Amino acid sequence: MTDEIDLSQLPPAEPYDKARDEAQRARLLDVWKKPTGWRGVSAVNNSHVGKWYLLTSFAFFVFAGILALLIRVQLAVPDNPLFSQSLYNQLFTLHGTAMMFLFAVPIFEAVAIIILPEILGARDLPFPRLSAFGFWCFVIGGVFVCGSIFFGVAPDGGWFMYTPLSSDPAYSGLGTDIWLLGLSFIEVSSIAAAVELIVGVLKSRPPGMRLNLVPLYCWYVLVVAGMILFAFPPLIAGDLLLEMERAFGWAFFDPDRGGDPLLWQHLFWIFGHPEVYIIFLPSIALIATMLPTFAGRPMVGHSWIVLSAVSVAFLSFGLWVHHMFTTGLPEISLAFFSAASEAVAVPTGIQIFCFIATMLVAKVRPSVPMLFAGGALAIFVFGGLTGVMVALVPFDWQAHDSYFVVAHLHYTLIGGMLFPLFAGIHYWYPFVTKRKMNDRAGKWSFWLMFGGFNVAFLPMHWTGIMGMPRRVWTYQLSDGWGLLNMVSTIGSFVFAFGFLVLAINVLWPRGKHAAAPRNIWNAGTMEWSEEQEGTPWGVRSIPYVHTRYPLWEQPELVGEMDRGEWFLPDAEEGERELIVTDILDARPLFVQRVGGPSFLTLGAAFCLGAVFILATFHLWTWTLFFGAGFVAFVLRWLWTGTARIPEKTTKYVGRGITLPTYAQGNKSVGWWAVFITMTGDMTAFTGLVFSYFFFWTALPDFLPSLADVPAFGPLMGGLALMLVGWGMTIAAREALRKDNGTISMILLVGSVVIKTAGIAAWCYAAWAVGLDPTVHSFDAMVWMLILWTGLHLILDAVMHGYVIARIWKHCCTPIFRADVINLTLYGHFVAITVIVTFALLALFPLMMGVL
Amino acid sequence: MEHLFWVLLIGAAVIWCIVIGAAVYAQKASVPDREQQARHFIVWGGAVFPTVVVGALLVWGLVILKDITPNEGDRTIRVDGERWWWRVVYDTDDGPVPTANEIRIPLGETALFKLTADDVIHSFWVPSLGGKMDMIPGRETQLALTPQKLGNWGGLCAEYCGGAHALMRFDTVVMEPDEFDAWLAAQAQPATVDPEDEGYQVFTEEGCGSCHTIRGTDSIGPVGPDLTHFASRERLGAGIYKMTPDNVSDWITDLDNMKPDIDMPSYPHINGARLEALVSFLMSLE
Repeated sequence: MTDEIDLSQLPPAEPYDKARDEAQRARLLDVWKKPTGWRGVSAVNNSHVGKWYLLTSFAFFVFAGILALLIRVQLAVPDNPLFSQSLYNQLFTLHGTAMMFLFAVPIFEAVAIIILPEILGARDLPFPRLSAFGFWCFVIGGVFVCGSIFFGVAPDGGWFMYTPLSSDPAYSGLGTDIWLLGLSFIEVSSIAAAVELIVGVLKSRPPGMRLNLVPLYCWYVLVVAGMILFAFPPLIAGDLLLEMERAFGWAFFDPDRGGDPLLWQHLFWIFGHPEVYIIFLPSIALIATMLPTFAGRPMVGHSWIVLSAVSVAFLSFGLWVHHMFTTGLPEISLAFFSAASEAVAVPTGIQIFCFIATMLVAKVRPSVPMLFAGGALAIFVFGGLTGVMVALVPFDWQAHDSYFVVAHLHYTLIGGMLFPLFAGIHYWYPFVTKRKMNDRAGKWSFWLMFGGFNVAFLPMHWTGIMGMPRRVWTYQLSDGWGLLNMVSTIGSFVFAFGFLVLAINVLWPRGKHAAAPRNIWNAGTMEWSEEQEGTPWGVRSIPYVHTRYPLWEQPELVGEMDRGEWFLPDAEEGERELIVTDILDARPLFVQRVGGPSFLTLGAAFCLGAVFILATFHLWTWTLFFGAGFVAFVLRWLWTGTARIPEKTTKYVGRGITLPTYAQGNKSVGWWAVFITMTGDMTAFTGLVFSYFFFWTALPDFLPSLADVPAFGPLMGGLALMLVGWGMTIAAREALRKDNGTISMILLVGSVVIKTAGIAAWCYAAWAVGLDPTVHSFDAMVWMLILWTGLHLILDAVMHGYVIARIWKHCCTPIFRADVINLTLYGHFVAITVIVTFALLALFPLMMGVL
Repeated sequence: MEHLFWVLLIGAAVIWCIVIGAAVYAQKASVPDREQQARHFIVWGGAVFPTVVVGALLVWGLVILKDITPNEGDRTIRVDGERWWWRVVYDTDDGPVPTANEIRIPLGETALFKLTADDVIHSFWVPSLGGKMDMIPGRETQLALTPQKLGNWGGLCAEYCGGAHALMRFDTVVMEPDEFDAWLAAQAQPATVDPEDEGYQVFTEEGCGSCHTIRGTDSIGPVGPDLTHFASRERLGAGIYKMTPDNVSDWITDLDNMKPDIDMPSYPHINGARLEALVSFLMSLE
């Protein structure tokens, strides 16, 4: 039916009726209002969760910034006895860790959660409870990791945690476990946010906003969320290997047992370099959104910017080795990765020149956000140029691990990320608080930070050239680095003072100030269409958008939205509703009902946090207990909140359009969430496959003789059983479709049983030849692959149980069967895992043995 | 290599001025009817220009890389990174000559360093002489250095290796070739120790020999630095303290302050005449 909708030929809206408008507003308010009092913590709406996310990220920023000041105090003079080496090592490890994992990435998610739905003219993101869950995971994990320093057990292995320093318990203590498990937990929230944001950009656009009309900000969000999806999982795989070695002695990084310390560096930097662009691109996105506003015209080279962002994302996955130029790699690798690193200069250059070109053809209005954007450009371009230098291998051999690199990375991150973010804070502050920040204080904070930053970091280039290495807690008078370090320390305090001015400007109570005008900067993007205070629903009605800058090019739009003339102006059924559209042309597909305030997400995050924290201390019984609690909360959350059978199958949304109220398969957002999550899961699995082949290429005797590899028979049998189980799940889906619920449930039970037999056969195959993961990397790798498959089958079994219960209780029916469709989608991904694992365990050793 | 640095520095400064100048100009000026020129500006400034510049730099960098990575040297020196000191072995025709925490190389010759690590990753770096190279457990990496100036150029660990990473240094002394040959010949000799020497008695009684080797004696401990020609080194504690009797004395009795967290224990109970004897014995190992 959706194909029939022609958005350009809609019937006119009904005439305005004040009584109707007020009634509709009252109903909307009732549905979207935030819970009051202490129940406020159960809120899930993007505007609340986004604000919490933003403030929490900044709290961690302040914490990590104070650590930085302590570092600068210690280094201000040579032979400074202020801090011990042990405390200093914790300070710089935690500074880097917190800035990267607890500020730079979460702040992207925070900003996106606040403004993305509004830029898309949507009322919320498609999975508000998932956002809330991710936020609480972030808070719990962040406090756990940062709090450790007050007990003197903070991580002290550097934010990169190189093995064997981090893998051998003789060299590193509890802090490393806190780092590994605490951050793995936070990575869960990053991936949750990535899923949310990808589905948000693809499926929650306003009707009519075809791909070529998508605002630049949303393109960047899509690109960055996609990067998170492919960059974080290899690190999670690496974390898993490292924690298995630390906790259970599995041999992955110990060269005496066939391991290799460099494997960690590969897995870490496959994450670590894209991470830099994951941090940088969202801030460029802010500039790309603000600049047209102050130029008063559309961006020049809109499509070039989109293509450049996409190519930076691609390139960023191909240059991680430039962090490893000094590890003795062959020249051909050095040449390749040097070229790939240099290549990033091109798409980055295009983006910057598009910005300059836009300013060139327009009259730019000066403003505090533009001041910060200009400062960002000056700093970032400098950092980019030193980046071109260190990407050259001979130069890198000199500069690597010296203060030159410290200066370079702070120029790129503070210029490329922090200053644009501060510009964005000034720009969107009136959007969030309906008040305007003080311009004079804004200018003061800019010049203090800009000056302080350059005084602090410009001399560091020279400190590094003079030979000062990174991560040292002291140096000698005779080194001659004292003066430069003192200058850097003074600069860092000026910078901090500038930030203090900014923080006061942000937090200054302005409740009694007059409200700022609605579209204060005269911007062209949708978020400024939002009404004033007391309208928690976001947009009064969901508009039809057919231009890139709707507020400029569709001047009637805001009035029409306010009068409720567009879609979903009401909430008759007392549900929070969004319109889901298709990916290419944004034709409306169906009405999505999203969850309201809930303690389930909070409980789930708390239990999952407890699992990670208790595992750090090897309290396995309690870990299992809270693990079960987590599963219970999640199942309850899914049962009550997802794939609910609607009270009516269609709903009139206004302007002559009626939409379904339920969707399944690839029309539904749930299907996409499973698909995207499992893509991330496959990436983590690819990290394990990479590790297997890395060992094979790095160690001549990685593969044992054919007599000592798991036997082909049981492996083959296990494969067959697991694939049959997969087939039975698909058959169960079809049986339900043909209205045969009982057979469907029997098939699902059988599927679990037969897959369990299959994985048992694999365990037997490894056990029978006496593979011991603590003895050699091959044994450890085989057990790791079996363990990975096994964990997925446990999750598979839980999901089968859930779907059986859904069918039993008639929550999943022949017509409304999203649950079983999503289950089979998960099953397809597990089947790929099983097949690839079989190839690695059985076929590859056989092939190599025969050759 | 030095050319590369200055070209990069000046080039970066010029490009920065051009880009920022363009941005400042663009912000002031307004040429609304020049959209086509603006697009050309993006293509030439944002795409063509960086492609040409980084392409040229890349080729130049690779040529330099070829020059500075020879696979052979005039002599081979094996250096093994330990927490937190350096085990150094000179390969000579008469066999290996072990020493520690000090590297001497002759002027104008190419020294090829074969680098390994025993515990965690370290990185070998003499900032004034050239680039750095990681020392990775389970692997051997190499680095060639050809010094052009006499002097002591220092050296340090550039890869964070935990604990006392900041105090893991060494001396790099560039000598005239004939002086170097004499030095190496002296290092190859065993120590001349009178077994009855009072200081050596303390050395053995305290068990120092179970970790340290003094060639020519019964002390053959493989754990810590070779002390055969201990006092011939310029510094103590892996390039940290000047080699003076007072520092050696403090090192023995107050190690927790001299260099915290290292494997060697402090011996505060050695004092008075025994300490004096031990220190003067160690200072005699030239």
